[in-house]
Amino acid sequence: MIEIRNLTKTFNTSDGAVEALKNVSLTIHDGDIYGIIGMSGAGKSTLVRCINMLERPTEGQVFIDGTDMGALSQKDLRKMRRDITMIFQGFNLLMQRTCLKNVCFPLELAGMKKADAKKRAMELLEIVGLPDKANAYPAQLSGGQQQRIAIARALATEPKVLLCDEATSALDPKTTHSILDLIKDINRKMGITVIVITHQMSVVEEICNQVAILDGGVVVEKGNVTDIFAAPKSDAAKRLVFPEGFDAPVVESFDNERRIRVVFNGADAAGTPLIARMAVEKGICANIKAASTKTIGGKAYGNMLLGIPGDREVLDQAMRYLTAVEDVVAEEVND
Amino acid sequence: MYDKVFTAEAWQQAWDVVQSEFLMGLWETFYVTVVATFFAVLLGLPLGILLVCGDKDGVFPLPKPVLSALNVIINLLRSVPFLILMIMAFPLARLIVGTTIGTVASIVPLVIAAFPFVARLVESSLREVNPNIIEAAQSMGASPFQIIMKVMLPESVPSLISNITIALTTVLGYSAMSGIIGGGGLGKIAINYGYYRYKYLIMLLAVVLLVILVQIFQSIGTRLATKLDKRLKNR
Repeated sequence: MIEIRNLTKTFNTSDGAVEALKNVSLTIHDGDIYGIIGMSGAGKSTLVRCINMLERPTEGQVFIDGTDMGALSQKDLRKMRRDITMIFQGFNLLMQRTCLKNVCFPLELAGMKKADAKKRAMELLEIVGLPDKANAYPAQLSGGQQQRIAIARALATEPKVLLCDEATSALDPKTTHSILDLIKDINRKMGITVIVITHQMSVVEEICNQVAILDGGVVVEKGNVTDIFAAPKSDAAKRLVFPEGFDAPVVESFDNERRIRVVFNGADAAGTPLIARMAVEKGICANIKAASTKTIGGKAYGNMLLGIPGDREVLDQAMRYLTAVEDVVAEEVND
Repeated sequence: MYDKVFTAEAWQQAWDVVQSEFLMGLWETFYVTVVATFFAVLLGLPLGILLVCGDKDGVFPLPKPVLSALNVIINLLRSVPFLILMIMAFPLARLIVGTTIGTVASIVPLVIAAFPFVARLVESSLREVNPNIIEAAQSMGASPFQIIMKVMLPESVPSLISNITIALTTVLGYSAMSGIIGGGGLGKIAINYGYYRYKYLIMLLAVVLLVILVQIFQSIGTRLATKLDKRLKNR
């Protein structure tokens, strides 16, 4: 278990002190894939570097399985880092070493015998699906392949925690997907806790079960991924979940039209063509003015802005109809 | 000055000198250059490492006064003109080699002039190493010593070779100058015949040989650096 307690990090720059993290507290359980998401400059990278003490927190503590990371001696910290490895946006492979030697590298650091290290490295190259690249140099590989080598290298010392710092941000969507699959697989098969730093909601959606949203160095929301997606409360969360905008109407308002916001809170998405049914059953032809919905695990999350032509009575009728559906909330929008 | 250089008589004289002295001169120049560069690297490499790693963001930050002192010493040595440095180094040459005159003695001022230069070159090579790769090594639990030996030096090998080639050709140029104070080699031949005895043809031939030597050093260095650089694709 990783416990981050009241973490604050202040950088002293020439423009004065900058608070990158303010009083951040998180608990990450074993086996979680924990997403930490935020815009650039939100402090995500600083936060992940505080976990393995690449950055020393100004205040607060990080406990990994009860060990206070900040209190370790340099030597013990180096040993501890074999249990908390990291992959990066830029892969950061040693460019003058072959892929096999790159995977051997952390084992060499730990003092393992060359022959044993090589054997273990080959096994890892098998796991990441690149045994044929053992003697190739990183420059000869594509970005996705380089990240696979980096993952093999990170797994070499059999860590308990894998930190992923924007690990898929430099990759195209298809490669991103395959790398995320690999990470998910590793999490499942080896039981490694994964912390994923990203600015892409799609990454969190795809692999994380828990998420914390970081904005301006503060955790503004945290919890189950499905809960946050269903009802993002903070502005930062809304921006991330619905980057197209939460409320902005796409279609101009007509005269004599009332507006309803419909919130889907995990409604059964597949079985209910809700708006069409309302038109057929009640004769109310709603105008969809804006919609921002996502399907997570077969359930619909998000919201929709409807324009209802007609008078008060029609509106009430529509409200009654919509609210009758399970996990759907409707409210009138007045502005 | 160059009007009577290429006469038959001059060619005859030059040929005699080429046969009797050039081979020895070439060897002395080669030997002095290589030995002096070797010692310059021996001193300059650790110093360059210290400059990079001792930085406040380096892998083992040194106290600021120590780092400043190192920088001042290097800059001081780098700013003394070589001709004067040679004379200033007489006592040290006498201490180490036992004499101030001759080929071996000229190695001492050459090393003193070259090692701060090498330190700066090493510094620039090591600063080229991607800091993210160093951070990755730290995240895997590498000690500062391991980072230097297993990351910084191996990753900068191509750049180090390019820069040591530059040092080699610079030392070669300096070694020619040491002919003035009794150092041996092609420089001594060029100065003795060209400057003291107005035999310009001999001087020119010695210079041509120096140029060829520089070319050879440079092309070997460049080829080696490219060959060893695994960042270049399709090799």
